[in-house]
Amino acid sequence: MLELLSQPWPWYVAGPLIGLVVPLLLWVGGEFAVSENLRHICAAVLPTRNDFFRYDWKARGLWNLTFASGIVLGAAIAATALASPDPLVVSDATTADLMAIGLETFDGLAPAQVFSWEGLATVPGFVMIVIGGFLVGFGTRYAGGCTSGHAISGLANLQLSSLLAVLGFFAGGLAATWVILPLLF
Amino acid sequence: MTSRETTPLPVRASSDQERARPLSGPGLFVYLAIGTYFGIVVTKGEVVSWFRIQEMFRFQSFHMYGVIATALAVAMVSLALIKSRRVQTVRGDEIVVPPKELGRKGYRYWIGGTLFGLGWALAGACPGPIFALIGNGVTVYGVVLLSALFGTWLYGALRHRLPHY
Repeated sequence: MLELLSQPWPWYVAGPLIGLVVPLLLWVGGEFAVSENLRHICAAVLPTRNDFFRYDWKARGLWNLTFASGIVLGAAIAATALASPDPLVVSDATTADLMAIGLETFDGLAPAQVFSWEGLATVPGFVMIVIGGFLVGFGTRYAGGCTSGHAISGLANLQLSSLLAVLGFFAGGLAATWVILPLLF
Repeated sequence: MTSRETTPLPVRASSDQERARPLSGPGLFVYLAIGTYFGIVVTKGEVVSWFRIQEMFRFQSFHMYGVIATALAVAMVSLALIKSRRVQTVRGDEIVVPPKELGRKGYRYWIGGTLFGLGWALAGACPGPIFALIGNGVTVYGVVLLSALFGTWLYGALRHRLPHY
């Protein structure tokens, strides 16, 4: 059993299990909206006069921050007790494309050449880590949700606003992949 | 009961969809457990891999499309059932999923969404996976998280000057 669980889970297993988080969280009085936590953390730690961050983050967000802590914990369990015996297999076409733009490392969950403390000091590292992270935080709050809130909960709730947001997610992702990444290396 | 912003965004008060949620309710450990479950699934399903996101945006693997489509299908059926059967929360409250206002032009969705998409492809992670990557021991994602917090803070500071609806 443990051996089976340690294999990478195919999309038709992982996808439905992710979808179940939506009713599970609603059932216990929460909702699937991970990026709200970024706002709750700002509200909790930053002394600010900005009304956007002046609310009772414990009453509104402690459950969600606890959920986020669970994500860190679950990932740590998956990476240790359930660690895959074999390295992640990246499609040949993607490997070839990424090599062509100058990427050299293909192990792990993210290319160590960029996503490491040494990589952070390089131009691609700074852009992908610092600017990438900034855009995730700014964009998700501006759009009022991230992949969980718009692409999964929002579309599941048949919201046109979420469809518009998801089209934006894709337009931005395609632009970063096809235009920005090749310029970085 | 709800702690709303004192100065809501210009067009509609419902721009702030978040409502007060129970501080304890069924016990915080329940949220920890669901989070742990989610962290395991996104890691084992390889959704947290920067490379999988690249495969998706290069249309070179079905994996991420399969994950998102099946997750969405399950969520959609679950929501339809919750609504039609008027399922209540464990505390007996009504389950309400407040729709997000579209407005006339929907600026916030397509502009904010596009900015988010740029970051999603560069960092190779959206907020859930950022937490999962930290749990996976890719510690530099702590910097991605800090940058995302700064982005959230700056949005909060600039939001009155940005077009929303």
